[in-house]
Amino acid sequence: MKKLLSTLMMIGALATGMSAIATLPARALVEIDVNKGTIEPLPIAITDFDGAGLGTEISGIVTADLKRSGLFAPVDHGAFIEKITNPDAAPRFDDWKVINAQALVTGRVSQEPDGRIRAEYRLWDTFAGQQLSGEQFFANGANKRRIGHIIADAIYERLTGEKGYFDTRVVFIDESGAKNARKKRLAIMDQDGANVRYLSNGAAIVLTPRFSPNRQEITYMSYEGGQPQVYLLQLETGQRELVGKFPGMTFAPRFSPDGQKVIMSLMRDDGNSNIFAMDLRSRSTTRLTDSTAIDTSPSYSPDGSQVVFTSDRGGGSGRSQIYVMGADGSNPHRISFGDGVYSTPVWSPRGDLIAFTKQSGGQFQIGVMKTDGSGERILSTGFQQEGPTWAPNGRVLMFFRDSAGGPKLVTIDLTGRNEQQVPTANYASDPAWSPLLE
Amino acid sequence: MRRIAKLAANPVMIALVASLALAGCASKKNLNSAADLGLGAGAATPGSSQDFTVNVGDRIFFDTDSSSIRADAQQTLARQAQWLNKYGQYRIVVEGHADERGTREYNLALGARRAAATRDYLISKGVAANRLKTISYGKERPVAVCDDISCWSQNRRAVTTLSGAGS
Repeated sequence: MKKLLSTLMMIGALATGMSAIATLPARALVEIDVNKGTIEPLPIAITDFDGAGLGTEISGIVTADLKRSGLFAPVDHGAFIEKITNPDAAPRFDDWKVINAQALVTGRVSQEPDGRIRAEYRLWDTFAGQQLSGEQFFANGANKRRIGHIIADAIYERLTGEKGYFDTRVVFIDESGAKNARKKRLAIMDQDGANVRYLSNGAAIVLTPRFSPNRQEITYMSYEGGQPQVYLLQLETGQRELVGKFPGMTFAPRFSPDGQKVIMSLMRDDGNSNIFAMDLRSRSTTRLTDSTAIDTSPSYSPDGSQVVFTSDRGGGSGRSQIYVMGADGSNPHRISFGDGVYSTPVWSPRGDLIAFTKQSGGQFQIGVMKTDGSGERILSTGFQQEGPTWAPNGRVLMFFRDSAGGPKLVTIDLTGRNEQQVPTANYASDPAWSPLLE
Repeated sequence: MRRIAKLAANPVMIALVASLALAGCASKKNLNSAADLGLGAGAATPGSSQDFTVNVGDRIFFDTDSSSIRADAQQTLARQAQWLNKYGQYRIVVEGHADERGTREYNLALGARRAAATRDYLISKGVAANRLKTISYGKERPVAVCDDISCWSQNRRAVTTLSGAGS
């Protein structure tokens, strides 16, 4: 497997002042170049935040996020020399350099008189001997985990130059019960597996949930009406509605980048499937493909101008491949030409890559290719795995892998090196990553 | 029908209740397949759904990634059509299924194709088109649950399920 390796970039530093509010635009001695990849994750010391149990809980969330990204190696607390007593004061940088902590995070969490939680952190460059950033956040108690994720995103962004993805959620299908009588429930959770909430009761099969760009709706497919159809669900109110009345099964829905349309497959009476886009305001539908083939799994490019999809129109039974067409259905052309069967294409939120599932040699692979089909790279190979979804920064994929009785969610970064299982109480499948929360 | 009552409580879903009644019963019938009941041939009352399942055969199988009706399946469907033409009181839902060796959305489409091919074959043998509906379950409802070829071949199937006009 091709591996991208990165180096830690050592570049000049500028002095920065202390600020408890603003992210400071300093250049740092310590940075991670995610484009070059990393030889070694960056050693970072994350001290327990001041503020009793809550402080430790939040710094623990920051630590777990950064560690799971694979780009950071949190230093064991047992190695710490200096005990931070005042998170506002400059640390003794030598004490941190000697344990090779290239970056240091200190912080404080306290309760405001109005009941809100106030959290502050400071990120220090130990070798440059200066603060890189410092911010404070307020949140109500229900959002305390989000504070940890937001701080982790800030640190990730400051040190990599890329947006983070920790303050995000995942919709997925919770699976329980025997394989031939599987109960499937729509569920949502934080990207690290915490705060699971169920959105359906398991009475009907539900599949393939996907977020709207504003994160407030999901579209998914359900068998609850007898004929399987695509639905919309408002996350705040729980209100559900059918996406149009169609004579046949509708499936494989996704939102357009502007959130105004849902693109999906509609089964024709002859059993083949074509791709339609429905305008959610006017409820008008536009047919994008009209073939006696299976056309499914459509996914818009982030600018909305193109659609990537799966089709077996190339002939030869079951040789499904990946095609790209204009968002109006124009100029469909095949882009996958490797040795295998390709499906589930998903356009990266950065626009540069398409992730896919490939069946080859009796294995299922998760990979990426450029949008013209060149530069194919396989990131993960397994007996049964499929369905990649992009983290909003386009650096990490989540998919599901079936093994030992049922599926589990797995993340892998674009280097293919850092694979992590996402903890879920039950079996889990069909993950879809949210955009960044605000 | 607890499930219907629950859905009816949701105003958005009221319009769907009527069609749900039919489909709900159809899927119940499918649970009573021959294998589940362990019935021997001839144990069922002629003209009953058990008769259909046990003595006619309610399902056909497909090759990998194919929706072509195989020769053995043509024989089964010919028997099904003969039986269905004799017992005209039944409505029919043809379920299309796929094995797990494909991705989810593609397999929904493949199951749809298999159900349609099966329906079309039954129509060609004289079964009235207005008695027939199709539904695809993709790979969501495997009957065999091991992880090898013997299972996959049993799961690549179309199942002809019956529901009485009044049931």
